[in-house]
Amino acid sequence: MTLATDTVASPDVERIDAEAVNSAKTRQPLYAARKKIFPKRASGQFRRFKWIIMAITLGIYYLTPWLRWDRGPYAPDQAVLIDLANRRFYFFFIEIWPQEFFYVAGLLVMAGIGLFLITSTVGRAWCGYTCPQTVWVDLFLVVERAIEGDRNARIKLDSASWSGGKLAKRFSKHVIWLLIAVATGGAWVFYFADAPTLLVNLVTGSAAPVAYMTIAILTATTYVFGGLMREQVCTYMCPWPRIQAAMLDENSLTVTYNDWRGEPRSRHAKKAIAAGESVGDCVDCNACVAVCPMGIDIRDGQQLECITCALCIDACDGVMDKLGRERGLISYATLSDYNNNMALATAGGSTSIDPKLVHGTDGKLTDNVVHFHWQKIFRPRTFVYFGAWSLIGVAMLYALLTRDRLEVNVLHDRNPQYVLLSDGAVRNGYTVKLLNMIPEPRVIFVSLEGLPGGTMQAVGIDQPEGRSLAVPVEPDKLREIRIFVRQPAEYTKDGNERFNFVVEDKASFERDVYHAKFNTPENAR
Amino acid sequence: MSEKHIDEISGVSTTGHEWDGIKELDNPMPRWWVWTFYGTIVWALAYTIAYPAWPMISSATKGVLGYSSRQELSTTLEAVSAEQASLRTAIAEKPLEEILGDETLRRFATSAGSAAFKVNCSQCHGSGAQGAAGYPNLNDDDWLWGGDIESIHQTIAHGIRAEGDDDTRISDMPAFGDILSPEEIKQVAAHVVSFTGTPSDAALAEAGAQVYADNCAACHGEQGKGDISVGAPNLADAIWLYGSSEADIAAQVRLPKQGVMPAWQARLGDPAVKQLSVYIYSLGGGQ
Repeated sequence: MTLATDTVASPDVERIDAEAVNSAKTRQPLYAARKKIFPKRASGQFRRFKWIIMAITLGIYYLTPWLRWDRGPYAPDQAVLIDLANRRFYFFFIEIWPQEFFYVAGLLVMAGIGLFLITSTVGRAWCGYTCPQTVWVDLFLVVERAIEGDRNARIKLDSASWSGGKLAKRFSKHVIWLLIAVATGGAWVFYFADAPTLLVNLVTGSAAPVAYMTIAILTATTYVFGGLMREQVCTYMCPWPRIQAAMLDENSLTVTYNDWRGEPRSRHAKKAIAAGESVGDCVDCNACVAVCPMGIDIRDGQQLECITCALCIDACDGVMDKLGRERGLISYATLSDYNNNMALATAGGSTSIDPKLVHGTDGKLTDNVVHFHWQKIFRPRTFVYFGAWSLIGVAMLYALLTRDRLEVNVLHDRNPQYVLLSDGAVRNGYTVKLLNMIPEPRVIFVSLEGLPGGTMQAVGIDQPEGRSLAVPVEPDKLREIRIFVRQPAEYTKDGNERFNFVVEDKASFERDVYHAKFNTPENAR
Repeated sequence: MSEKHIDEISGVSTTGHEWDGIKELDNPMPRWWVWTFYGTIVWALAYTIAYPAWPMISSATKGVLGYSSRQELSTTLEAVSAEQASLRTAIAEKPLEEILGDETLRRFATSAGSAAFKVNCSQCHGSGAQGAAGYPNLNDDDWLWGGDIESIHQTIAHGIRAEGDDDTRISDMPAFGDILSPEEIKQVAAHVVSFTGTPSDAALAEAGAQVYADNCAACHGEQGKGDISVGAPNLADAIWLYGSSEADIAAQVRLPKQGVMPAWQARLGDPAVKQLSVYIYSLGGGQ
């Protein structure tokens, strides 16, 4: 027998082309650590715009619960109040009962379609400017910059070993973050109760446990999402970046790196030009990357992570100004405009990008270059979105303005269906619910319409039997009464079984009708 | 799988799957996601220790927090009955008229009475208190023993012809089959029908008038209006417990059916009887 070594050496043995499934060559990490991002402070028109939006959105959020709105002595005077305990929602002059929740559903549908409309025209403007995640991260970054300094200082601090100074900075940053987070959670609960009362209760420790729980949860989410996770929320947790792909088309504005004028980028433009090389506007300074709160490079093209906050536009415009070149190397542009310009710069795709084709001899862009025109906002798609959006809005507004503030619901007794009385008359029982949906006490008149000879009487309401009852109903309340309707024997055989309960407020002329049925031994089933 | 698929644009490896030219990138998961996943596992374990969870042979682990849904239910029920304690006391203490006058008490008593009715009374009187042949309809305005709240209470508390209750209501209509001749019974039945309708034979009814005056009017009254003090039914109204035809009436004269209602005071206690009274009173026939 030969030894194993001989076998290997044997030329007769064929080498099989096989590889271990977990060989180091194909292995890759299953998860990746977050890379820290240190966004540099940007300045420019978009940054300014974002400050304004931030002030408005935060202002709305924190101040709304403190607005007062006089509704008289029988309703709360908080302008916006979600009164879960009493199941009422107050919004300035509008009061919504639970059965009117469709208004809120309608608003959500409008918000959805509005988001489609905005996205199809100006891209992910929601993400970049008004999303709470964006606004709060911005706020948290303000704190971070104020304490730890701008990008370079922060990078340095992060890599420095722990010292008293670093500890103090980190500690104060996180404390302020937590305070903001508490204020955020704290503001939320004010929407659900009378704000001044609740504030006193919160401070004195006598508020409901659910209020403290809510504040604790929202404090945690605000602190974790705004301070610690930031861009991870947008990239990994939020579904909207995925959905937006369906909303965007070639005429939607997105933050675009115009490589048709930027490439070939060069860090040493003068040398390159001297060497006779063609050079684009991009000087590869990485300013756009440094300011990006998502930590991406917009020059890699449109990507999932980009929230279109436009800070890279500000950064790049600043650089272009310094270099004396035209602004807009990074700009809001549509794909169709971009493609046009790219065709110009590559002579219809026949060459690689040649900056000379889009730049005049003075270094300015030529007139052939296409810029975004506002008329492109108006296209069939946006008309459809806007049409659907405004249709729902108008329908809801109409429904709101014409809605009833006085309603009647009636439940006809089924067991027994009718009661034969000793004088041969027939009696039917009804549970009548009167809804007084305004914050004023009212006397509501309930009367019979039709049903010849019919009279009625209500349990617990001391009024003589007749065809009409005056029922006092408390402000903003439902009153349930039992009504017995009686029809004398001489009428019951007429088979006239349909009649109406009419409820009226004789002061405001509001009126509601319920079409009821009267059962007699002849028609009962 | 041995081959490594790399997406050209992103430089990221793909899973190797392709749908209509679209490939799935195989980006690594963020590490916090993995930690969150581990966190949920730890949470689940802690949960099964804190709460009843693991099935054992005869029962399950109790959980260190000692929670049980049965315990929660009884706590809730205790809280509810504590909330209702003042209402119950008020109903036990106050007279019926006062309970009827107080909207809160009346509503509570009506609901409680309705529930008690379903359990104890519906077997005979029907779930809607509509009665049946031989069992009075409690919705109508015809009362054998009176329809005011005190009379209703008395009837429920002590029953009708209830054995073992000294205060029970008793009305004893004699079996006239032993007293009157069959012809007289026919006559009186025709006469009774004539109170409210048209008898089959006017002459028969006329003949029955004397028989009625001699034998029936003492309890049922000359006009057949009945007498609630002795539980004699009104024969001049539209409501008939045992049928309204001449044959039915004749049968009832010959050998009367005598319904029995149990006395409930001893079984249910006075508060429950009061609640039942308020419920019955509220059905529409209360006077």
